Parts: sequence; C-alpha cells; structure tokens
Amino acid sequence: MNIHEYQAKQVLKSYGAPVAEGVAILKVEEAEAAAKQLPGPLYVVKSQIHAGGRGKGKFKELSPEAKGGVRLAKSIEEVVSHSKDMLGNTLVTAQTGDAGKQVNRLYIEDGADIDRELYLSILVDRAVGRVAFVVSTEGGMDIEAVAHDTPEKIVTVAIDPEAGVTTADVSKINAALKLDGEAAKDGEKLFPILYKAFTEKDMALLEVNPLIVMENGRLRVLDAKVSFDGNALFRHDDIKELRDETEEDAKEIEASKWDLAYVALDGNIGCMVNGAGLAMATMDIIKLYGKEPANFCDVGGGAGKDKVAAAFKIITADPKVEGILVNIFGGIMKCDVIAEGVVAAVQEVGLKVPLVVRLEGTNVELGKKILNESGLAITAADDLDDAAKKIVAAVNG
Amino acid sequence: MSILINKDTKVLVQGLTGKTGTFHTEQALAYHGTQMVGGIHPKKGGENWSGAKGETLPIFSSVAEGKERTGATASVVYVPPAGAAAAIIEAIEAEMELIVCITEGIPVMDMVKVKARLDRSKSRLIGPNCPGLVTPDECKIGIMPGSIFRKGSVGVVSRSGTLTYEAVFQTTNEGLGQTTAVGIGGDPVKGTEFIDILEMFLADDETKSIIMIGEIGGSAEEDAAQFLKDEAKRGRKKPMAGFIAGRTAPAGRTMGHAGAVISGGKGGAEDKISAMEEAGIRVSPSPARLGQTLVEALKG
Repeated sequence: MNIHEYQAKQVLKSYGAPVAEGVAILKVEEAEAAAKQLPGPLYVVKSQIHAGGRGKGKFKELSPEAKGGVRLAKSIEEVVSHSKDMLGNTLVTAQTGDAGKQVNRLYIEDGADIDRELYLSILVDRAVGRVAFVVSTEGGMDIEAVAHDTPEKIVTVAIDPEAGVTTADVSKINAALKLDGEAAKDGEKLFPILYKAFTEKDMALLEVNPLIVMENGRLRVLDAKVSFDGNALFRHDDIKELRDETEEDAKEIEASKWDLAYVALDGNIGCMVNGAGLAMATMDIIKLYGKEPANFCDVGGGAGKDKVAAAFKIITADPKVEGILVNIFGGIMKCDVIAEGVVAAVQEVGLKVPLVVRLEGTNVELGKKILNESGLAITAADDLDDAAKKIVAAVNG
Repeated sequence: MSILINKDTKVLVQGLTGKTGTFHTEQALAYHGTQMVGGIHPKKGGENWSGAKGETLPIFSSVAEGKERTGATASVVYVPPAGAAAAIIEAIEAEMELIVCITEGIPVMDMVKVKARLDRSKSRLIGPNCPGLVTPDECKIGIMPGSIFRKGSVGVVSRSGTLTYEAVFQTTNEGLGQTTAVGIGGDPVKGTEFIDILEMFLADDETKSIIMIGEIGGSAEEDAAQFLKDEAKRGRKKPMAGFIAGRTAPAGRTMGHAGAVISGGKGGAEDKISAMEEAGIRVSPSPARLGQTLVEALKG
C-alpha cells in the first residue's frame, strides 16, 4: 500500500526523524494560511500523487514551458499562484503513464538551504533475507540511472534482525555518504530511527531521495516515499487509515474487496486464472500469440462461486475487454466451482465478447459438463496453448 | 531415490484442526498412505482429530511433544498468516528436520525474523506461500493434486504452485514422470531457494532431468543459473527445461505473489531467461510446452 509524501513524513516525524515543517492543502483558498504557518522566506509547493518524478513532470493543462509538480516559492504570493497552477490539474511524470494523475492535494513546506543531496532507502534485501540500507552520495536523481551507470556509488548495508542497527552499521553508512561532524552525529540518530519505523510499521520500502545536508551542516529528510507490506496491514489500523483510494484504479479497489489479486493493464483480452504464476504465464502466452492482456487476475486457491463471479464481473465491466480467457488448473480450486461462478456471472451481467475456457485438474469433467449444459456461447480449450490461440483468433475475428 | 521426502517420512500438521489443514490432511492420507502421524494444537493436546472418512490422528500440544511421541521428522504448517511465523519458529526450536509452510500472506518482517532463526538451525524450511512437495506414490506434503503425478525421472522445482502442476502434468503426459516436485514458494523471503533444490536433484541418481520454473522478482534464477554453470564446469550437469512467468508484467506492480515484482530496474523476465539459457537450460516460451521442451532437451 502506497501513501503520500506528507503522510510518510508525518509517520517518520512521529519517530523523531528531522523533516521540514509543512501543511497539506486541498483548496487554493487554504494556501495563504498554510504558508503563514511556516517560518519562510523560502517555501516549496509539492504535488501529492502516488508517483515519482514529480519535479520533472509536466501539467497537461499548462504550457510545456510551465514549471513541474514541485516548485520553489520565495513569497506567500508565489505559494498561492503555484497552488492555482497545480491544484486540479493533471500531472504527467515518468511514472504516471501518458494519462497522468490529477493533483488533488498539495504539500506546502518550509524551504531548506541545501549543501549536498544524498540517497537513502531501506528495503528487504531478498538475497540475504534481511532489511538493508541502500545509500549513495548521488541523491536527488533517478537512482536506477545511478545503479546502471555508476554501481560503485551505491552501498548496501544489511542489518542483522537480532542485533538491529549497530554502531558498525552506522559508521558504514556515514562513511558511504561521506558524512562528518554534525551531519555524522545526526546520522547516528537518524539511521536507527528510520530502521525502527521501517520494521515496526512493516514497511516494504522507505526511500529518502534526497536526504540533504543543509548549509548549517545538519541532516534533513527532504523527500520521503513509503509503501507498506499489504500482508501486515492487519496489525496496523493507523496505517490503513492513510490509504487514498482516489489514487487507485476503481477495478483494483473492487477486486481488493473480494480479496482478488488483480492488476489493471492496457491490453484487451481479459484473463481469469488461479495461481499467480499461471496468471502471469497466461498473460505471457496471450502476448506470444500477438495480443495484450487487459489485466492480471488470480482468483486464488480457495475461491467460492461468489468470488469467481465477482472476478468475472470486474473483467467484463472493463470497456477495453474484447475477449475473455479463463484458465484454471484445479488443485485446491475445483473446476466445477469455477464453472458455476462463470455461469452465474454471465447469467447476471450477460456476455458481449467471446469467452474461451480451459479447465484442468480437480473435478474437470464436472466443470466441463456445467459449462456445456449452460447453453452459453463458451468455447472450450484443451490446453493453455489451444486456449490462447482460440481467444486471439476470436478477438481478431 | 527421491529428494527430501519418501514413503518413510512421518509428518506432523501444524494447523490440522482448521478447514484447510483438515482437507489437505485427508488428501495426504488418501495419497498412497502418506504417513501423517499427528497434529499440533496448544489447547487440544490429548484429543483426536477425525477426517471425513473416519480417519483419526492424535493431537499434541506442542511440536516437541509430537516429535517425541511419533518420531516425525517433518511438519507442515497451515496456520493462518498472523500466527504462521511463530509456528515455524516452534518447529525450528523442536529441531524438526523439514518444515513446509503452505500459508500465504505472512508479513515479510516476520519472515526476516524466521530466516535469522533458521540460519542458526539444522532445519530446512520449504516455503512459505508454497504448494508443498510430492514424491510420487510415496509421500505428499501440501496442497498439490495427487492425481497428476507419476513416478519417474524428472525433478521439478518452481516458485509457482499452479505452474508446478503444469510441469508435473505435462511430464506425466510425456511418460517421463517425476522423482520429486518441490514448490519453493512465491514470497520474497523464504526458507529454500532454487540452488538448494538443484543441488539435491544433481546429486540424486534417479533424477535424470530437471524442470525449473521461475518468475519475475529478485535474482534467485540468475543465482541458480550461475550455480549450474559452475557445477557444469565440475562435470555435474543434467538436461533441463525452464520457464519464467511475467514477461508481460509491468514494473513496480506486485503480481499476486508478494515476491513477484520488478523493482528498481531489477527482477525482469528477460534477464532471467538469458541467464538460464546461458547455463544450458532450454527455456520454453510457452508454459504449455514445458514437457515437450524437456523431451527435446533429453534428445540433446
């Protein structure tokens, strides 16, 4: 689960991390009052959307020369004029896709005098199964580009979960970031704080880009991107409240209510599959035969008829979908349950596009019988290859 | 020979009394008499579990007690996510040789703790978020459908449950059959990686060929490919077919499995496929042609 920058900073601040003062606003009328709460004279106006690359992003409604989604302001009047420019408009960044995202919220923040920009993130390093700090002196830019061009400038420090962040770990991070004096002392406090926040709140990613050394030699978290482990939300009611559904795809929200693993994609063949690996493989085979999948959908192993029907309805409601492929290899999932769910959904919402169904595994004969006797226009397939060929042929007409 | 489990493996069930644990224990008992020897429940020790067909198993109050009383060397965990890590740690502390965790949805941070505990132990953990493992006609631990297996010569290792079924089903249809099929699971932090299982398959005389199924996320497939290259230089090599799921997956999105995500420009399918091909694995472009691809690899 992703949250906004201003929320991430609130979480980090509650652990004692040094963040700038700031105020989140939803309306232009709130901009002046927000800025007046801050010390000034330098302010930053930041678009709050769930995507990176905001500073270099462009607003669709403004001229191409207009500034991006993160802007400096040297007066309260400038804060207000930037807010007018940004709120309600659509920001297109490298991560939003061409459609962009509407900016519904701004974060007005106290400006800082920057000496150096650093990169720091915390994530789970799967190769060693430990939480790790990833740091670089090359902050403020695209870290993937740094990793590609100058991998030696990125240092990883994995943390022993039973020891926590040790003084040796802190020294390694400080050295990697070339911190000394006051900044190094700030680091001694900051790194364990960030680790504590990461582990206690079950974060999946905590990225501070940039972490800055200010002209007064102190460290500050200038930007913060945080996402949480969806599997751990059950023990964090406070974090669940930070979810902003307006940032998510409506189909994905509906799917999450049914506990379906669903990801909206750009193609036009809808898929319903059991198992994440098979669901990905089904997308891949559609592509192999020349079409693109409209979605990833894993109905899971223990789905009942209602859940299957819900998944089918979400897929058919997508106006892009020109054909549907159902691919089931029943292990725990029984083929007759899938067949009943599909039939129930079609009877309720109708079927306007071709449907190909491949069933294999537990209760396969019963499942096929239910589909055959339903009288619905369903094309049966023998195996996954056959299924993909048939749906692509049907959609191509 | 098989790897990890055989007809003599005695298995305890952690989470036997729940719906999932009960169903799959019935299935395991029905599968060539897999030796399911008891269940664990902290408050129901001394009672008996009964299956739908009148099967009964004793319930013990701890893994240590169950192990002591039955001589079990393996345990399978069906405990729900919030308590699953504690169940695994209990099994590690009871020095269970093999622990198989089926549970999906365990918080990653819990698995980081489990992994640290596991590294200091003699236990092997398979999973979590995995379908378990099967040695055909001998022993079935987990949730794979028994009907698709056939005793034979192919070792199957996979990060995906249903794609494991595809590989098993297709090698059965080709008449090759399996020595053992192992689902290592779809989570980012897990007990057993490809390399561990590949090492066992290479060492097993009855395993004549191997199917390896990976997916996007992490670098376990690249690590495995390097391992296979190094082993080949030392003269250990078996014909292999492979598949990587997620060629069409967008970066930054988690595709069902918690571990199936391309992040920071890493973990994409193409890198994995080329690493595997360089290691001599025939990578099938289609998950429907795994069996066929292996047959071709066997012809050389």
